[in-house]
Amino acid sequence: MKARVLSNRGIASSVYEMTFEWKGKKPHPGQFLMIDCQGKTFLKRPFSVNDFEEEKMTILYQVRGEGTKNLSQMKEGDILEITGPHGNGFEILEGKRVLIVGGGVGIAPLLYLAKKVKAQKLYIALGFKRETFLVEKFEGLGEVVVTTEEGSTGRKGLVTSVVEEMIGEVDIVYGCGPKPMLKALQEISMKANVLCQISLEEKMACGIGACLGCACKVREDKGFSYKRVCRDGPVFWAEEVLF
Amino acid sequence: MNLSVEIGKIKLKNPVITASGTFGFGREYSEYIDLNKLGAIVVKGLTVKPREGNPPPRLFETASGILNSIGLQNPGVDAFIERELPFLKSFDVPVIVNIAGETVEEFVYMAEKLDIEGIEGIEINVSCPNVKKGGMAFGVNPDDIFDITRKVRKATSKTVIVKLTPNVTDIKVCAKAAEKGGADAISLINTVAGMAVDIDKRRPVFENVIGGLSGPAIKPIALKMVYEVVTVVSIPVIGMGGIMNYKDALEFLIVGARAIAVGTCNFVNPYCTVEIIDGIKKYMEENEIEDINEIIGSIKI
Ligand SMILES: Cc1cc2nc3c(=O)[nH]c(=O)nc-3n(C[C@H](O)[C@H](O)[C@H](O)COP(=O)(O)OP(=O)(O)OC[C@H]3O[C@@H](n4cnc5c(N)ncnc54)[C@H](O)[C@@H]3O)c2cc1C
Ligand SMILES: Cc1cc2nc3c(=O)[nH]c(=O)nc-3n(C[C@H](O)[C@H](O)[C@H](O)COP(=O)(O)O)c2cc1C
Ligand code: FES
Repeated sequence: MKARVLSNRGIASSVYEMTFEWKGKKPHPGQFLMIDCQGKTFLKRPFSVNDFEEEKMTILYQVRGEGTKNLSQMKEGDILEITGPHGNGFEILEGKRVLIVGGGVGIAPLLYLAKKVKAQKLYIALGFKRETFLVEKFEGLGEVVVTTEEGSTGRKGLVTSVVEEMIGEVDIVYGCGPKPMLKALQEISMKANVLCQISLEEKMACGIGACLGCACKVREDKGFSYKRVCRDGPVFWAEEVLF
Repeated sequence: MNLSVEIGKIKLKNPVITASGTFGFGREYSEYIDLNKLGAIVVKGLTVKPREGNPPPRLFETASGILNSIGLQNPGVDAFIERELPFLKSFDVPVIVNIAGETVEEFVYMAEKLDIEGIEGIEINVSCPNVKKGGMAFGVNPDDIFDITRKVRKATSKTVIVKLTPNVTDIKVCAKAAEKGGADAISLINTVAGMAVDIDKRRPVFENVIGGLSGPAIKPIALKMVYEVVTVVSIPVIGMGGIMNYKDALEFLIVGARAIAVGTCNFVNPYCTVEIIDGIKKYMEENEIEDINEIIGSIKI
């Protein structure tokens, strides 16, 4: 599907926020889009839905390589080729005490989730290396705690330390971010016997479940199996995942 | 206008097929395109027992292509018959089943099991390792190709297609071995063996070290091999490798492929197979060609 870029701006060093027109299906929080980044890239690239309202889609992305670099140079009026929304998204359980945990650009899918989560009480913990971004958009949606590794903004340390402190006060944790963070969320939530859903990343080709390229290892009754991050995920119950 | 072609006993509405392993069992793509429009569907390679496949990463993008190391993840032949075939049977499209054995006996076992209603053809994937011969692919040895083809031919009433690997010195010898073994058709090419290195870790990207290259990067190689094969066999050839649009498809047909298969392009654009069919039709209209068979093998050298 073709989508017209409405805006594309840098919001931190190498982090961009892009909005485009969206006439396709309404996304569910945690779902992602496959975007043709043009230039020399061959496959489409996956990006989470960061926000969505009335035919306007927002993504938040970090420049990593050729594809994201091309994206960062797009301007209002440029046309993107996109498929999606793909994947399962977060399972929303209404009326719970919820903790949303994001690390770095992994906070991308969590804004739309925070808007749709229908919590009884919502805590949001956002962890960054040094520079923070998008925090203001979370303010007002819940009780926000920010961490940076050196303490330049907010609390000093890792976001998972916040989770350790708060785990006793919540019914469910939703997380997205770097693998070590997700692994820590899995450990903390399993130890505390609290529900936890995490959004995983893997290299993708088709994005729809056909190529079996995006495998992630999950626990089975006897041993393990590989599931598809794009179709069976990207969101998994933390206890299923074998890191 | 006639777009239909014949491969063995299979009548295809048009010459556009999906390549094994790039179209799953059709389910995912049925959300994007009308499967009834396709010439045929070749499903993911099956093995006797379910296979988990390789650990990630399994994909790596290269210049104009992808390297994959999926490791033949599949539910096994029984689960396919039970869970996937009924879905495929609900469409009016020939189903061709790709089989990958580790021994000749495994190929025969699967061919017998799949000799059932709802399946039109068997595609023998000889690119998998021959465990009895120390893991070298069956497909590099013409004697093995002949032997498997002959035994599978005896084991099934379906159209037998032998899928050749390009990772050989002389593809013509392999094609002739398949024809001699009784194949109804030959398909080529499978992926080209390749490798990628992570310079930070100084390790291969894939745990398996070697992966299979597909996509536009391999199209010239594929086209040349199809050209070579059509000159030495009289059975139909299904051409594939890097087809991204109707023009690519026409190149293969002009060279002499009776049908073409689209693989990696499905990942980039899930609508591509139908777009290719429409593109071929338009080309025929514009050039006042009544029958697709006028195009096939029409290359002037
Ligand atoms: C479901 C899902 C949702 C995602 N959502 C976002 C998002 O909202 N914002 C965002 O900035 N990024 C997101 N990503 C990661 C993003 O897809 C990659 O950063 C992007 O594909 C890199 O493309 P590139 O061409 O710029 O870099 P490449 O040149 O392809 O790669 C540069 C680096 O990025 C890594 N990379 C490449 N593809 C992926 C991938 N699929 N997942 C993780 N790392 C990858 C490579 O290993 C390499 O280190 C998501 C990934 C997935 C799987
Ligand atoms: C992800 C992936 C999985 C594949 N799996 C199989 C398979 O199971 N059996 C097989 O015979 N070929 C398999 N192939 C090879 C393709 O069917 C095809 O021969 C090859 O990719 C060349 O065509 P393409 O460039 O259009 O993709 C696979 C290719 C890819 C990219
Ligand atoms: S990206 Fe193809 S199966 Fe997930």
